[in-house]
Amino acid sequence: MSEEKTHIVPYKTQIVVLIVLLILTALSVAVTQLEFGSYNTLVAMLLAGAKSVLVLAFFMHLKYEKKLFPVMVAAVMVIFLLVLFVTFFDYSYR
Amino acid sequence: MTDNTRQKQPSFLEYQGRYKGILGWILSTDHKRIGLLYLYTMLFFFSVAAILGILMKTQLLAPGETIMGPQTYNSFFTLHGIIMIFIIVVPGLPAVFGNFFLPIMIGAKDVAFPRLNLLSWWVYIIGILIVLTSQFTGGGPPDTGWTFYAPYSFQTPTNVLPAVFGAFVMGFSSILTGINFVVTIHRLRAPGMSWLKMPLFPWTLYGTAWIQILATPVIGITLLLIVAERMLGIGFFDPALGGDPILYQHLFWIYSHPAVYIMILPAMGVISEIIPVFSKKSIFGYRAIVLSTMAIAFVGYFVWGHHMFTSGMSGRALFTFSFLTFLVAIPSAIKVFNWVATMHKGSLHLHTPFFWAVSFLFVFMVGGLTGLVLGALATNVHLHDTHFVVAHFHFIVFGGTGFAFMGAIHYWFPKMFGRMYDAKWANLGWGIFFIGFLSLYLPMFYLGMMGMPRRYYDYLPEFHGPNILSSLGAWVMISGILIIFANLIRSARSGPRTSEKNPWGGKTLEWQVDTPPTLENYDEIPRVDETPYDYRDYTGIDNPNN
Ligand code: HEM
Ligand SMILES: [Cu+2]
Repeated sequence: MSEEKTHIVPYKTQIVVLIVLLILTALSVAVTQLEFGSYNTLVAMLLAGAKSVLVLAFFMHLKYEKKLFPVMVAAVMVIFLLVLFVTFFDYSYR
Repeated sequence: MTDNTRQKQPSFLEYQGRYKGILGWILSTDHKRIGLLYLYTMLFFFSVAAILGILMKTQLLAPGETIMGPQTYNSFFTLHGIIMIFIIVVPGLPAVFGNFFLPIMIGAKDVAFPRLNLLSWWVYIIGILIVLTSQFTGGGPPDTGWTFYAPYSFQTPTNVLPAVFGAFVMGFSSILTGINFVVTIHRLRAPGMSWLKMPLFPWTLYGTAWIQILATPVIGITLLLIVAERMLGIGFFDPALGGDPILYQHLFWIYSHPAVYIMILPAMGVISEIIPVFSKKSIFGYRAIVLSTMAIAFVGYFVWGHHMFTSGMSGRALFTFSFLTFLVAIPSAIKVFNWVATMHKGSLHLHTPFFWAVSFLFVFMVGGLTGLVLGALATNVHLHDTHFVVAHFHFIVFGGTGFAFMGAIHYWFPKMFGRMYDAKWANLGWGIFFIGFLSLYLPMFYLGMMGMPRRYYDYLPEFHGPNILSSLGAWVMISGILIIFANLIRSARSGPRTSEKNPWGGKTLEWQVDTPPTLENYDEIPRVDETPYDYRDYTGIDNPNN
């Protein structure tokens, strides 16, 4: 219905994102040397999360779509996190 | 297209596509034909599962073994549950009436992905066939109940794997339908139809579709974990292997509670369509209904733990889930008030669909309020796994979704088949069904409170009286069903033809297209600038053809 616009991401952006992703990957290997106790998983998840956001936004073009799409993806993630959160009301207090 | 070619367009029932005969149906990508394919499939399997139910009730007519032993009884309630839940009510209203009417009601020629739509039906059929193999092969019919609880589901010698795998496959069908509907609603609404001008049945399909997309993968993965556990001996759920059986219950209900909203939301949508049309009055609180639909869809994700109150969760989890369960009852109650307020001072037209809608309100409220009794921690301990639970969910799944389904078919029947059913038989069927329904399930509340457990082929002698009433009710109800089905099937084949576009005086778009609709529903996509259900112009004079 609405006219389809294709957005072409310039090479420069692609490469910058790629480099940032590589840095984050190196970082996630590096942090395993540090000891965060029970927060180890949290740190790993945060780094992985940052990487997925970059991939979704630039490589999968979420940044250039209508506002609705990023909002939907975010909403799905929020529901997923809430489900995990509620589950841990059981597991953390048994 | 010009006006004179307009006259010649055949209806979707007569339209001759690439294939003839039955192939023209099972290979058709027309959303209306696919809707009918689902309808016929469900009609068949509903009859099978209903017969299983009647046989179980006959076994319970007296204590001790009357017509079947424990193993048969266990496999009967398992198959009954699997069919009714996974084959009938989960696809249920969206697959039949959603497919048929969603595109028409939003002014589209078809769903967004017609081929995907046909694929969904085929995947559904393949899933059914896989489930059926479990009945005839290997260690015999599964006896776990439709919930497949661990650790029993990997200890029983019966044939659990095909049943589980079939349910997994059917999940894909559900997800595909969900995706199709979300995209259809986002992209194919008629020009001018903003979100808040969309009719309420499509709104509930929208909420449902999101649940289908987001919750179904959880059950898929869980069922695969059972397969891995049974075949490879990996310990996810079996304590002996270091697993956690409660984890299974979490994963199962993370899907299956939202799934009960997959069942009930479209039913609420149908009721929201029927009530204004037969009250000749604009729906009361359109926005409140839309908001409560989305609120139910959202909060419904976080209440699953109320099925596990006695399973040994932590105390904090108990409080949390009980609290959230009480929250989710609020939007359901809002809708009930909206429907009742819509009828208030309306001009009530007592046709068959309206009878189903009003009786829906009654049984839905009994079901919802007894849900609160179960959602409270203290009473749940007493009632969990008794016949009270059986009564609760039959009131709400059969009473709610089932009544809405019957209402929907009697409402849309003339549009779908271009023929009319016999109203006298339809009303008689409704009356008998309703009386049978109450006498079948009401005693179960009492039996549950007195402590009669569910899922046993036998009971203590003191439960005999109410069980007789209940079993007789089952037979009365089945007579009602027979009358209803016979009337509908006869009328679909040879009832009086009608091409009346709008027999009930409805305001939504499906009442403006041809009866039965043509292949593409519309020659020209309509423009929609009005809100649906606007009856301010109602003069009190009905269409004389009516
Ligand atoms: C006011 C809303 C509702 C509340 C508060 C509620 C509460 C509950 C609770 C607490 C249970 C578990 C009882 C137990 O096993 O101890 C239950 C079971 C059940 N409910 Fe509801 N419910 C509600 C609405 C619904 C709806 C809308 C449906 C379906 C359309 C539904 C279908 C079921 C089913 C199928 C079961 C039994 C599952 C099984 O163990 O086999 N409920 N409900
Ligand atoms: Cu539930």
